[in-house]
Amino acid sequence: MSWDPIAKIANDVQASTIKAIDLVEQSLAAIEKHKEYQAIITVMAEQARSRAKVIDEKVANGVKVGRLAGVPFIAKDNILVRETEATASSNMLKGFVPPYQSTIVERLEAEGAICVAKANQDAFGHGASTENSDFFVTKNPHDKTRVPGGSSGGPAAAVVLEMAPFAIGTDTGGSIRQPASYVGCVGLRPTYGLTSRSGVVAMASSTDTIGPLTMSVEDAAYVLDVYAGKDELDGTTIDRDPQGYVLPPITRHLPTTKVGIIKEWMGEGLDDDVRKSIEKAAADLRAAGASVEEVSLPSLPLALAVYYILIPAEVSSNLARHDGQRYQFSAESGKNLTESYTHSRAKGFGREAKRRIMIGTYVLSSGYYDAYYKKAQTVRTKLINEFNAVFEKYDFLIGPVAPNAAFKIGENADDPLKMYLVDMMTVAPALVGVPAISIPVQPSGTTGMPIGLQIIAAQRQDRELLAFAAAAEEAIHE
Amino acid sequence: MTKLTRDDVLKLAHLARISLTDDEADAFVSELSAILGYVEQLSAVDVSGLQPTNQVTGLTNVMRKDEVKHYGYDSIDLLHIAPKTEKQQLKVKRMIG
Repeated sequence: MSWDPIAKIANDVQASTIKAIDLVEQSLAAIEKHKEYQAIITVMAEQARSRAKVIDEKVANGVKVGRLAGVPFIAKDNILVRETEATASSNMLKGFVPPYQSTIVERLEAEGAICVAKANQDAFGHGASTENSDFFVTKNPHDKTRVPGGSSGGPAAAVVLEMAPFAIGTDTGGSIRQPASYVGCVGLRPTYGLTSRSGVVAMASSTDTIGPLTMSVEDAAYVLDVYAGKDELDGTTIDRDPQGYVLPPITRHLPTTKVGIIKEWMGEGLDDDVRKSIEKAAADLRAAGASVEEVSLPSLPLALAVYYILIPAEVSSNLARHDGQRYQFSAESGKNLTESYTHSRAKGFGREAKRRIMIGTYVLSSGYYDAYYKKAQTVRTKLINEFNAVFEKYDFLIGPVAPNAAFKIGENADDPLKMYLVDMMTVAPALVGVPAISIPVQPSGTTGMPIGLQIIAAQRQDRELLAFAAAAEEAIHE
Repeated sequence: MTKLTRDDVLKLAHLARISLTDDEADAFVSELSAILGYVEQLSAVDVSGLQPTNQVTGLTNVMRKDEVKHYGYDSIDLLHIAPKTEKQQLKVKRMIG
């Protein structure tokens, strides 16, 4: 059974025409029914039921619950929920039960939302397929032999399998947009700093963002509006848009919109079916009255190299805290403290975490710092300047989310560099700090797998991005 | 192009406090060399006149009041997360020897 729009669900709960407990049971039933896809790590059945009962009692007593009254949701496992195991799909954090929770979950719960489950991901967010989960691989809802994308593959698959009306994921270099594209849902990466990172297992602090995965742009906007904005627990957070993010009843007219389609992403290396879908989407936007023309950002092909210097550098720093002494997991072996560190980290980290820590350690080490890290930070400036210049002339940029539709499980597993290339189109907006969204467009003509269109706006233009994406959702025909 | 040796990989692993199996060390020699080879394309990029970016939204010197606040949990709750504690402190193995 599919879900109503989130605003309607909350209204119905507040109006007592449906009960929160029934919504929770609907979620739990869908989670049970689709177990074989392995989207979920922890089911929070009892906690969710008791929260639902409290909400139903409040409604019965005439108390206003909030804008997400009784709405079930699923959190990626790197997002902390109080007294619930948070592994980030890693052996290192197995058994880690935090006594506090993320600001995002705090704000969602304050408006009456109910977390029903924690979802699978690539361990610590390192990957594009969930194959780097230390526990199991999530299957694509459209084809069990294919990956759901990653790292938020569990939350994305869960939304498509109707386990909840929305899920919350994290996007460091594409980890919301790419799985959204692979499974056929909406995935939003907000402007950097708009979403508090407090209580989220850190991957790369200069690009980590927290965003919704939903079945419509309207729902994504509605959820973002609840939790976006400054947080005293995260010094990098910025003010929310004074007008908020909930979509106005009448969406923006396309004819006033100037759209640039990114030339560098439409060239060599792009799958033919993806190219066809993106070109068709561009044609649909034109037919609806928008101006769409090719635009070039010449430094874009460098973004992936910048990303795979800066992000491993930040990963190696952030994962230093996982030393076997502080967070549950510790190897028994080792005759002194140094060996306790090296043994715990050898057993607790999977292959990809080790790979990124080693690369990060290399590029930050004395003698290499200027050539790698500082150079990458400077090329990042070049990218930012090119995006700023383009946004002087265009309202939005569009292009593919990834070079391919969902690939087969195992297809890229033995070649880490090949797996990194999947991130080619998602990393640049992350490095530049601009908001970007993936919406489903025409599926692949060959395999029938979903394909997403990426839409990018200038920094802090999240509200405008969502309004345009909602209009595009209507204008583009599958 | 950077070609890491097995000794380079073992030295990096030591710096990163990760002990590697022989298989891992072998795999990392070629994998890390390939990744570094890829990112090295940046060395040819002209960045004259540009400064490195450390923060993308332009925030500087974010301040807050220096005051104690309560967030609903105590230090003892945080210590419960650790694998070994004694007298409300983390207990670790000997540091020397």
